[in-house]
Amino acid sequence: MALEDTRTLRFFNRGPSAVARLVFFSVLSLLLLFVDARYQYLESTRQVISIIIYPFQRLTALPGEMWDGANAFLTLQGHLVAENEQLHLQHDADSAQLKQMETVLSENAQLRALLELKQRAEYTVQAAQIVYLERDIFKRKLFVDAGEQNGVQAGRAVVDNNGVVGQVTRTYPYLSEVTLVTDKDNVVPVQVVRTGLRAAVFGSGNISELDLRYQPVDVDIQVGDELVTSGMDGTYPSALPVAKVIRVERDPAYPFARIACVPLAGVDRHRTLLIVSGVPELPPRPVSGEDAGAKPQLKRPSRRGAP
Amino acid sequence: MRHDMSVDREFLLPASSGFIVASFIVAVLLEWMPWHGMALMLRPDFVGLMLLYWCTHKPHRVGIGIGWMLGIFVDVADASLFGQHALAYTVLAFGGLVLNRRVQMFSLKEQSVHVFVLLLASYGVYALVHWQVLGYVEWNYFLGSLTSALMWAPLTLLIQKLRRPRRNPNEL
Repeated sequence: MALEDTRTLRFFNRGPSAVARLVFFSVLSLLLLFVDARYQYLESTRQVISIIIYPFQRLTALPGEMWDGANAFLTLQGHLVAENEQLHLQHDADSAQLKQMETVLSENAQLRALLELKQRAEYTVQAAQIVYLERDIFKRKLFVDAGEQNGVQAGRAVVDNNGVVGQVTRTYPYLSEVTLVTDKDNVVPVQVVRTGLRAAVFGSGNISELDLRYQPVDVDIQVGDELVTSGMDGTYPSALPVAKVIRVERDPAYPFARIACVPLAGVDRHRTLLIVSGVPELPPRPVSGEDAGAKPQLKRPSRRGAP
Repeated sequence: MRHDMSVDREFLLPASSGFIVASFIVAVLLEWMPWHGMALMLRPDFVGLMLLYWCTHKPHRVGIGIGWMLGIFVDVADASLFGQHALAYTVLAFGGLVLNRRVQMFSLKEQSVHVFVLLLASYGVYALVHWQVLGYVEWNYFLGSLTSALMWAPLTLLIQKLRRPRRNPNEL
């Protein structure tokens, strides 16, 4: 006891004082924060550390995976038979629809060719398993087990069988971080199926709600309207279902209507998601007068005007 | 109660570095469990608690530097900004170091109140950085500091149980 006490007291004689250390490490943290928030210089450091901690992360995910495995193993045979039957029925119905779809597709292709429109490009998808859910209450994010090694790039759209789930926002060698459409202030350009109206839905930070903002009070949107991606920014392929309108409040006291939607995709339900790749590149956006890139454009006319 | 505590502490084994590292690994693994929804909101900050325990009980072994490094690892795992947890844990470790003589004078119940204030400060720093960078704060987040403070007494008892010598030193 006595020995321990002297050692504890000696702490203040060893090296710099606690206040000095507090200041040093706080400044270091703030510096890192500033660099990370403003510039993306630290991504490689982040990747190196992520490789070190990857085995530990897998370890924590193990109990859940084992529980799922045990559940799958113990599923009753009767249940499987019933499910199989239902899947067969579904398959028959789907294949009939698919046949119809094929004819419509070929007809559509022909019509588009006639109109000399650009063909809507096919996109490929890649399946990925969800490894972790968000661990930070501030964010609506999850991690999937496909990373750079599998050819995933940041910016790719992530969908499930019902619609858009989110977007890949950061990639690691073996993992990717997916930001959900419900993440606060995440924007998806959409189109109303019924009227063709273009709009943008914003995440509300709440897992089951999206906001359709900046629409005038008398906008033609009804409860039950479906919203699909418009493909306008080149991130999401067009015509993927995103959300359904559940509430429209038109209060003339406010300049905009308050429209709430519920995401169609199982943002919080599935284990397997699809990462969309091969979305056609849009031609580069022309620079506007406010951008820094506009300088050469401004110079050109003056040069032309000089002679 | 106060007297009992100090008697207990006389019999504690000196904590080996291996034991400290193992305790941090366990805390990190607990924190990375797939929590979500309500459980995530109420999840105690295991790493922060463990850091605080060692800062108050072994201040010459675990200090601000180790807290900062832990924060960096948690930042990568949580995909938060670099330095966000690091800053919060730096503040937490500093609080633990400054108050270490005082906190040990009190009973576990009174310690928990001290710990709650320290944790609240660290949670506040994290939320403040988040608000500065991203512009909003989720108030539910602070519930975690309350559950963490409630975990202080069980955690202290558990670690002291583990650090107690297996054999009676008065035997022989």
